[in-house]
Amino acid sequence: MWARTRPAARAWPLAPARRGRGAARRLPGPLATAARAVLGLWLMVVLVALWWVLSRDSTSPYFPPLRAIVDRLVDLWIVGSAKAELVPSLEHFAVGYALAGVLGIVTGAVLWRLRWLREATSPMLYFCYVLPSAATLPALITIFGIGDTMKIMVIALAAVWPTLLNTVDGMKGVDPLKLDTASVLHLSQAQTLRWVVLPAALPQIVAGLRSSLQIAIILMVVSELVASTTGIGFFILNAQQSFAIIDMWTGIIVLAFVGTALNVIFVLIERRVLAWYYGARATQEAA
Amino acid sequence: MEPIVSVRKLRKVYVLGKSDERVALEDVSFDVHKGDFVCVVGPSGAGKTTLLRCISGLMPPTSGDAYFEGQELTSVPDRIGVVFQDYSQSLYPWLSISRNIALPLKVRGVDKATRQARIEEVLHSVGLPDVGKRYPWQLSGGMQQRVAIARALAYQPDLLLLDEPFASVDAPTRFGLEDLILRVRTEFDVTVVLVTHDIDEAVYLADRVVVLSGSPSVVREIVDVPLPQPRSQATTRSDERFVQLRQSLLGLVTVQ
Repeated sequence: MWARTRPAARAWPLAPARRGRGAARRLPGPLATAARAVLGLWLMVVLVALWWVLSRDSTSPYFPPLRAIVDRLVDLWIVGSAKAELVPSLEHFAVGYALAGVLGIVTGAVLWRLRWLREATSPMLYFCYVLPSAATLPALITIFGIGDTMKIMVIALAAVWPTLLNTVDGMKGVDPLKLDTASVLHLSQAQTLRWVVLPAALPQIVAGLRSSLQIAIILMVVSELVASTTGIGFFILNAQQSFAIIDMWTGIIVLAFVGTALNVIFVLIERRVLAWYYGARATQEAA
Repeated sequence: MEPIVSVRKLRKVYVLGKSDERVALEDVSFDVHKGDFVCVVGPSGAGKTTLLRCISGLMPPTSGDAYFEGQELTSVPDRIGVVFQDYSQSLYPWLSISRNIALPLKVRGVDKATRQARIEEVLHSVGLPDVGKRYPWQLSGGMQQRVAIARALAYQPDLLLLDEPFASVDAPTRFGLEDLILRVRTEFDVTVVLVTHDIDEAVYLADRVVVLSGSPSVVREIVDVPLPQPRSQATTRSDERFVQLRQSLLGLVTVQ
């Protein structure tokens, strides 16, 4: 009944390098990387170009020309001051996500260690996990008010589950021989947790953190759609409600870039932290 | 002289009292004296690994006693090194070779300079002086098992327990590892108990061979191996006494 999320190793666009696909296979390093980027991006380029061309002469207020959106995006977000809207959003995100990560791993480790507690809480945790987080928003507003605390708690409480469940699952899955080896080497229980169980479960914990990241980004925006006066979510909603459709689109596009940037940062860190895991797996696959 | 390992009427039953109860060890007694090289052989399923786990203190017996240096075993003693068959699990893939070997030293409070010196010493002894910065999965199976042996020797145990240590490597590598274990045994002056299903290996390595019967196990016989030291793959294995011993042991293991 525990959710299983295996390490998202092949996640586009920064999957750990796997030697070439199709046409890119025979090309040397940098060329192959470029070729893969082109292969991966062509559809997006075509669609954006289509959007650009088809919307060029649009007079509909609901489908403004892409060109107008891009111009406005530069004016508002690069030259102008709208980027200040990102500051509270990213602050809430950072605190909420960090809280979710720490809480998820610590609680997961406790539940792994205490089997009776794990079995007692398992059905409850599962209910929390499948409950759509946005639905708890009204309840959290009544508890935490409508300030920063509420937004942080919304993010943390929604994002904690994948990390928590994956931590328990990952730690339960540690090979018994690894634990026997720890006893033989005379590691204490705390040392075994730190030097053996945590690293052994890390690939799965990181996969959980990755799911948590997506949820945290979603809830960062959702929490600003209700009873808020700042943040990028508020900006998008406010623009839509004031019929500033072009502004609304710029907000959505900026959000897409922010989300991409956060994912790219995550994958770069993951690659460093789990270098041993991908290295070992590549060796296994080659054998 | 007091034996370093003493096994008395050891009995181990899994899932005791349930319908799928299984007796792994029925009645096993033997002693290992300081400096001995003892091999335990028996048919597969004879509870060899169970016996080793009881001697190492990883698992309590159902009844009977196992003593190490006169103390009854309740957990794994500080002065025992264990090498498992499956090096891919027992070496930690997230630690470099050096840090794998450093781990048991670190938890024993050995300072950094001594740690470094020990790591170099044991890696040199197993013939892998230059792999410290690499990771286990970057080495071949035989090399990984040598690292596992090096790690077990690094904290200078009195007793080295090896559970089918060479069963996962190919034959030429196995011969090399057998000679390696004979060499480090002298070099580190360590007592060795090695579990194997390979009778040739047992006769080649041991001073004494403990022959277990099939499940549930009892000690069928304890055989001295009077072959001269140092041993070598070419001469020892063609020695007439070697051939005779392996024939008689083969008879003991296979005839039920």
